[in-house]
Amino acid sequence: MPGPESATPLQAASGGVSGAAREPLIRARGLTKKFGTFVAVDAIDFDVAPGEAFGFLGPNGAGKTSTMRMIGAVSPRSGGDLSVLGTDPDKNGASIRARLGVVPQLDTLDTELTVLENLLIYGRYFDLSYAEARSRAMELLEFVQLNDRASSLVEPLSGGMKRRLTIARSLINEPDLLLLDEPTTGLDPQARHLVWDRLYRLKQRGTTLVLTTHYMDEAEQLCDRLVVMDKAKIVAEGSPRSLIEQYSTKEVLELRFPVGVQETLDGQLDGLGERVEKLPDRVLIYAADGEDVAAAAHERGLRPETSLVRRSSLEDVFLRLTGRSLIE
Amino acid sequence: MTAIAPPAPARGGAFKFPGLRKLEQSLLVYRRVWRGTFFGTLVSPVLFLTAMGVALGSLVPNITAFGGVPYLVFLAPGIMSAQAMQTGTVEGSWPLFAGFKWLKTFDAMIATPITVRDIVLGHLYWLFVRLAIVTGVFMVVAFLFGAFRSPTFFLAWPSAILTGVAFGICMSAWTATRKTEQSFSIIFRFVVTPLFLFSGTFFPIEQLPETVRWIAWFTPLFHGVALTRSLAIGHDLDLLTLGIHLAVVLGMIAIGTFFAFKTFKKRLVI
Amino acid sequence: MTGSAVTHVLPFGSRHSVHILERNRFIFRRGWMVIFSGFFEPLFYLLGIGFGLGSLIGTVAGPDGSQIPYAVFVAPALLATASMNGAVYDSTNMFFRLRYEKAYDGMLATPLNVGDIALGEVVWALGRGALYGLGFLAVMFAMGLVPSGMGIFALPASMLIGFATAAAGLVAVTFMRSWQDLDLLFVVTLPLFLFSGTFFPITTYPEPLRTIVEFSPLYRGVDLVRAMTTGVIGFTQLIDVLYLFAMGLLFVFIASRRMGKMLLK
Repeated sequence: MPGPESATPLQAASGGVSGAAREPLIRARGLTKKFGTFVAVDAIDFDVAPGEAFGFLGPNGAGKTSTMRMIGAVSPRSGGDLSVLGTDPDKNGASIRARLGVVPQLDTLDTELTVLENLLIYGRYFDLSYAEARSRAMELLEFVQLNDRASSLVEPLSGGMKRRLTIARSLINEPDLLLLDEPTTGLDPQARHLVWDRLYRLKQRGTTLVLTTHYMDEAEQLCDRLVVMDKAKIVAEGSPRSLIEQYSTKEVLELRFPVGVQETLDGQLDGLGERVEKLPDRVLIYAADGEDVAAAAHERGLRPETSLVRRSSLEDVFLRLTGRSLIE
Repeated sequence: MTAIAPPAPARGGAFKFPGLRKLEQSLLVYRRVWRGTFFGTLVSPVLFLTAMGVALGSLVPNITAFGGVPYLVFLAPGIMSAQAMQTGTVEGSWPLFAGFKWLKTFDAMIATPITVRDIVLGHLYWLFVRLAIVTGVFMVVAFLFGAFRSPTFFLAWPSAILTGVAFGICMSAWTATRKTEQSFSIIFRFVVTPLFLFSGTFFPIEQLPETVRWIAWFTPLFHGVALTRSLAIGHDLDLLTLGIHLAVVLGMIAIGTFFAFKTFKKRLVI
Repeated sequence: MTGSAVTHVLPFGSRHSVHILERNRFIFRRGWMVIFSGFFEPLFYLLGIGFGLGSLIGTVAGPDGSQIPYAVFVAPALLATASMNGAVYDSTNMFFRLRYEKAYDGMLATPLNVGDIALGEVVWALGRGALYGLGFLAVMFAMGLVPSGMGIFALPASMLIGFATAAAGLVAVTFMRSWQDLDLLFVVTLPLFLFSGTFFPITTYPEPLRTIVEFSPLYRGVDLVRAMTTGVIGFTQLIDVLYLFAMGLLFVFIASRRMGKMLLK
């Protein structure tokens, strides 16, 4: 079983370790955001290297969006240091924003305009010429597969289409850094996969991605490296694989018992696997080999309604770190 | 709570009094937002009567053109009818459109035993209630201004209510066919405002050039104003003329309701 | 608190504000009818009240006390009112952009600042006011309602009214939470419309009331436009101009502050 320290090759490849050689695109030290007395982000430190896909993983209210807005130079920080693209977002906001692409949590599309006009005028906000904005807009519509909706108003578009348009819009200035706040929340599986595919292509082209998500699969699909946030703080950092290896086991056995039975199991699960988590609707048993544990449980006379062995995921990491599941 | 109610027998969606549930919903909403409509209901008539009736009226040198009554007395029933038209038309536009599109209230309703017929009738009842409030408040205000003198003036109340409902239900039928709210402001500018100004509200239509005067006879507000004013002032109570005015207003309500059934159904049952 | 949002809230915007005009032009191309129709509102009032009712009123006392036809008296006031109403209509649009559509949030993710948005929107309202002013003034000239050649200066005057009221409207909508609150705009504009010397001279009022009305922004606007079209121009018009200009600047400044607070949390 590889230890946590052997899980760094990915980090190294993505620039996490060689960060000393290349100046990070984002550097935060003691970054803090307060709304009145409420602390939304509590003195967090992180670096994002050029070309990296970096994720903030955490439940609603963990402070992800506040962090993203500070990086996006639309929200002044309350404390600590933050450098984005080598400069201070509170001082040089406009010049930072000129090089950013932003996909906010809720679409901020201009609903009074058509799909194409949204892209054109956004290009103009970045001082592109009309001709340049138009040619990029056409390319981007192709890229997000919305070319046949160019002259449609925004409103009748489906959620997935709006999201793709927002992504296209964020790319109009060919940004050095793309900020995506929960890019696929609320989308159906098909639309999510299309968005992921597009983001993956951008990553291949070398665009630096910073995204927040509360979806484990999204983080595992897209992120080279991520930090887990909970209650305004960073509780863990690493590549998805290394986090799983560090904070979980290889496999998980999920047992579901008939209604009322789970509460009567006191003690009967002790010693099974490496660790046992009781959730309201099921029991999770962490072990290197799930089948072995399932057999052991059967021997003890446990008769779950269903029993499932699966690979460990970031969900399990989160559960381990915070004692709570990610989506309540 | 001891007993669990037995399931009600299926009634095929037919309530004993169609439309009452929808009216109940409208009243519930109104109970929450009535303060917001307070200004339009009470303050704006006071302002209009003060500015146009009293202050501007003081500049009118000769009242013979106004049927020999002070300008304020002439104006009050006109403004009352026009306000009814405006209130009715507003109730038939944005708030209704919100139910169709933004809030989807009606989609939620037809998922219950409430039918399209209930919604149309309930909305119609609501128009009556809303207009009774608006014109009722106006009556009181105008009375305090000394604008109502005839013993028949209280008959102007139902007359103004009917005028407002006529506009409200016709607008509602049309609103149900709209996909966006863009055209509402066009209606207000090109229909409501001209009617407000040229239907005998502020001056007798005899002042209009002869070539266009006959048009006024085809504008529904003219009949509403004429009916309301005759009853309020108590002059010219010629039954035939009053009958024509009343028939036009009632006819509008009937036609509007007929089309509302059609357009609401087409909008909601798809 | 490190740094501050100062660079974000440059109160009077930069050259970037021009992009807001470009954006609104896109909308104008589709919704021109709504804007175009706004021109007819004062025209209908002019025909109905100015001529229809005016024919029964005859003449009233003009700015210098001499009797002028009622239509000549009312027309400039309707021009001033149209400038105000157009600007207020624009600010309701801004309310929806601010509260519901989030379009401004999208803009702020670009090099645009809050000041750019506030200035851009107010300048747009100004241009729109100029358009209305031009159209209505042409009608007034054609109908012989402008006795003085100075009447052409009614155009910049109506733009100034548009500027001042658009800025005030923008500040007002930053305080509003729901669309029901928009009715409050009407609570302000209706009394202004009726009592600012629009339909009757303010000499009709008893003394304390008259002084209060003289502080109303629409009264200053009406006074200014009427002075231009009738050619009775004096020191008071300097006060009108300074009042409206200062009001516009002050409210653009407040508007960018307020919007900054709302959008840059």
